[in-house]
Amino acid sequence: MTAVVLVAVGGALGAAARYALVLSWRAHFPWAILVVNLAGSFMLGVLLVPAQEQILLFLGIGFCGALTTFSTFALDTLVLAREGRVHAAGINVGLSALGSIAALGAGLLLARALGG
Amino acid sequence: MSTAQGFLAVAAGGAAGALARFGVSIAADSMGIASAWATLAVNIVGCLLMGLLVAAVIANPARRALWQPLLGVGLLGGFTTFSAFAADSVMLLDDEAWVAAATYILATLAGGLLALRAGVILGERLRGHGGKA
Repeated sequence: MTAVVLVAVGGALGAAARYALVLSWRAHFPWAILVVNLAGSFMLGVLLVPAQEQILLFLGIGFCGALTTFSTFALDTLVLAREGRVHAAGINVGLSALGSIAALGAGLLLARALGG
Repeated sequence: MSTAQGFLAVAAGGAAGALARFGVSIAADSMGIASAWATLAVNIVGCLLMGLLVAAVIANPARRALWQPLLGVGLLGGFTTFSAFAADSVMLLDDEAWVAAATYILATLAGGLLALRAGVILGERLRGHGGKA
């Protein structure tokens, strides 16, 4: 029961934070979604090291899980491709995929270094 | 729809989407299925549904005001995830499972984009047959 509440509240906050950034950052390229995906991946990397269950449920699965999004990233990419901006679509895919993996790894290494 | 109502719709959808994703991961775990498979399934199914939503529902301006924040940004945005994809990828790379990691990354990217495209095509057909009501 507690787990359900933690994931739901974290998910609500994560999705709302993503919406706030998207609303305030309208651009010709989906920077807002790219930034939340990189930031959420970095944050999850930091969280995985102490790995306390309640924090993982609330911030990891709930907040970071819903702050980041795959479906909107895919939609943005398809829209760029349909506009004939194939280069931008490819850059979005490359930066999102490699960037999020690098960000998560960096978060993990930072937490390990700080945690000694 | 006011900005506050939009945020409420996104938050409600995000809570439901995160719970649905959590449910899939618990179900997969109880069946002994690796977390990467659960994330892959969530992201591909979420992309298919996003395509359907965009083409069949949000394409109608009268329905956009509520359904885009509630179902698009909130539910499907919160259901699908990039952070868990990154975590699964890093775990596979950390295990030096290079082929599995490359396969997982490519399957997620290609699978998600193709599923979204399929959802759009399906949604356009549904909308065509169902009228513009």
